[in-house]
Amino acid sequence: MSMTATVGRAHADPHHIGVVIEHRGPAPKRIVTAYGFWVFLLSDIVMFSCFFAAYAVLVSQTADGPKGSEIFEQRNVAIETVCLLLSSFTCGMASIAADVRNRFWFYLGMAVTCVLGLIFLAIEFREFADLVSRGYGPSRSAFLSAFFSLVGCHGLHVSAGVLWLLTMMAQVFAKGFRADVLRRMMCFALFWHALDIIWVGVFSVVYLLGSGV
Amino acid sequence: MLGKLDWSAIPFDQPIPLIAGGVVLVAILAVLIWVVVKGHLSYLWHEWITSVDHKRIGVMYILLASVMLLRGGSDAIMMRVQQAIAYQSQGYLPPEHYNQIFSAHGTIMIFFVAMPFVIGLMNLVVPLQLGVRDVAFPTLNSVGFWLTATGALLVNLSLVIGEFARTGWLAFPPLSELSYSPGVGVDYYAWSLQISGVGTLVAGINLVTTVLKLRTKGMNYLRMPMFCWTTLASNLLIVAAFPILTATLAMLLLDRYLGFHFFTNEAGGNVMMFMNLIWAWGHPEVYILVLPAFGIFSEVVSTFSGKALFGYRSMVLATMAICVISFMVWLHHFFTMGAGPDVNAIFGIASMIIAVPTGVKIYNWLFTMYGGRIRFATPMLWAVGFMVTFIIGGLTGVLVAVPPADFMLHNSMFLVAHFHNVIIGGVLFGAFAGFEYWFPKAFGFRLDERWGKRAFWFTFLGFYITFVPLYVAGMLGMTRRLQHYDVAAWRPWMIVAAIGMAVLSIGVICQIMQLVVSIRNREALRDRTGDPWDGRSLEWATSSPPPVFNFAFHPDVRGEDAYWDMKIAAQQQSLEHEVPEYHDIEMPRNSPTGFVCAFFAAIMGFALIWHIWWMVILGGIGAFATFVVFAWRDHDEYVIPAAEVAAIDRANLEERRNLVSMAGAI
Repeated sequence: MSMTATVGRAHADPHHIGVVIEHRGPAPKRIVTAYGFWVFLLSDIVMFSCFFAAYAVLVSQTADGPKGSEIFEQRNVAIETVCLLLSSFTCGMASIAADVRNRFWFYLGMAVTCVLGLIFLAIEFREFADLVSRGYGPSRSAFLSAFFSLVGCHGLHVSAGVLWLLTMMAQVFAKGFRADVLRRMMCFALFWHALDIIWVGVFSVVYLLGSGV
Repeated sequence: MLGKLDWSAIPFDQPIPLIAGGVVLVAILAVLIWVVVKGHLSYLWHEWITSVDHKRIGVMYILLASVMLLRGGSDAIMMRVQQAIAYQSQGYLPPEHYNQIFSAHGTIMIFFVAMPFVIGLMNLVVPLQLGVRDVAFPTLNSVGFWLTATGALLVNLSLVIGEFARTGWLAFPPLSELSYSPGVGVDYYAWSLQISGVGTLVAGINLVTTVLKLRTKGMNYLRMPMFCWTTLASNLLIVAAFPILTATLAMLLLDRYLGFHFFTNEAGGNVMMFMNLIWAWGHPEVYILVLPAFGIFSEVVSTFSGKALFGYRSMVLATMAICVISFMVWLHHFFTMGAGPDVNAIFGIASMIIAVPTGVKIYNWLFTMYGGRIRFATPMLWAVGFMVTFIIGGLTGVLVAVPPADFMLHNSMFLVAHFHNVIIGGVLFGAFAGFEYWFPKAFGFRLDERWGKRAFWFTFLGFYITFVPLYVAGMLGMTRRLQHYDVAAWRPWMIVAAIGMAVLSIGVICQIMQLVVSIRNREALRDRTGDPWDGRSLEWATSSPPPVFNFAFHPDVRGEDAYWDMKIAAQQQSLEHEVPEYHDIEMPRNSPTGFVCAFFAAIMGFALIWHIWWMVILGGIGAFATFVVFAWRDHDEYVIPAAEVAAIDRANLEERRNLVSMAGAI
């Protein structure tokens, strides 16, 4: 592999601007991992966009069942939103703590994030259970099917996030701030923030637009 | 305890699937016993099943695709025979069985033949072409492969336990809803695709990251081989399109399992939404398959013409244009379903526009050949056969892209002939070209040319004899998926098509013979130089098969056709015998994560299909535990000492110097 070529140098400067930019070789692991996880998040957002699209198509198909404005409780949604937004902040604190290798603040940040996530899930579960008990379950109408799927899909993601969070805490406890653990922590933080962004979409499209109708 | 599963699930009254299943079972058992008795089990486990080497995983993908090609091909033979004899009679296949066969044929050929074949080739070749040692996520790569294999396993399980979908390969509702398909067939279909879809998504993320973030020194974007570009485009499409399939099938499953109303006829469900969603995935899927094939042909045509690819930049542009436009044509799959003339016109025009970059590619290949010193080795035969066949398929495609014409031809045998024309002529010919072209790289010996050429000619002619009659039958008004018919005018064409199928089968037998003969004569066919075809890109710069670390040094790339430039430079300069300084190389350790994870996924999928809820939970916990155990391991890399690297690389360089000095003498 010691053979290298001198021909074709001109190709590195296709537009003849006098600047030759040579690619420097494979990126370091941290960059590669984060990049790959970003690509995954984009694909996950594509999946959510399908559920958003289905919701938009079916929102008026209530089959003589309730409309959105009749079942949404804005107070609950406000608490849920506050929980998630706060948890994004505490997750960010935990990330910083991991970067500076501070175990105490890391555990604290993660624990608060976990509690906020669980409160969110509890409120959502209560909302779902309440709707089902009133006969407004997902099989009542196409609108309710789309509603339960979209919001439930986000809820499932949050549940998976909580499971991941606990695993991360256990891993830092057992292995310390190893390079691979830090890379995973970075991915977890990206995941948690992405769920926040999706919640902003759910909040606007489902609850804000829905309560006016 | 076992959900819906009981003895009635085994089709004791249907001899065909029972015998087929029995034969497969005996074959699998025989292979297993042979492996255990011969003591290969440990080798198989350590070197293949737990391997995270992209080359090994690529080979396993292609092996899976080849086995499934035989299964899908058997379905095809059964259908052609049925239609040849079922004139004014019931034929030999009862309708409920015939329906399962055409559904399984499409599902298997797309998801478990074409997909693994192209993903396998990309896995095998792309890191080598980029001059790097592995893909971005080696262990996930293994997980992706084994999940794909799990999907294939579930589809085949449906042959003997329960039934497969009778709904066609895309399971359109309301037919696929619980009220019209109460059996487990659609569940087998949906869960197989959900599981293998996760595998495909993982492969897509992995390859996108590999191409964008792992390239050797000096490998700027516009120096990447064409196959890397088409891999990038194809995997971008996977990442953007497969989540749509996952979401759509999830909605269908929610309808079936929990009484939701996404696509039902009652309570406001919307069937057209399924059409839009599934084809918003389905049309990009066509290009996910054919773009890598375009890349393979670019490599093959350039190598065997002894010229750099004509219009490299226009080729890159055409590839990325197809990547984008492929998301804007999905509605042409259902012009007849009431979107109205304005919408139809827009999608008709978009469908014709996408033919333009494809045309650009065809001309580029032709101009690459023009003035070249062409060698008609087997890969080149497949490439030329592709150009002829694909142009015909493309033209009939432009024809059905015209909405008024489509109203006549929708769901007819003409359509069946069209998409086989592009998928066989494009994807399958491409996969075979890539197989012949890169086989020496993967295994260190070339394939027998005589049997290769026989395979090509029988397949090529067999294809035309099979599918030209289907065009004609379509023009005569024959619709697709007919279990029997009463129109005398169709009969002769169905008989010709069945004869064509026999010719095609001879092609497949030739391909198997080629493999057998080549393995037997492998010493005579041995490739000692690593560069059997006088290649142009970096995969030929290392030995065949490459060492586990691919390259002792990351090659320094200074232009397009990186390896060709190196060879020219080596000939022009006097060969310096400089002694490079070797370093230790860290490589990822093998891991059973992929296999174990797929094992639990298989349990979970089977349990979901049969409503065995405790087993679902067990599978889920198992899969999660597998990942935790993987995350807990302390050593994920091992070191190959510099001395070993040096020994391997020196041997390779020695062979190569002999080659270069020989070429210089000529």
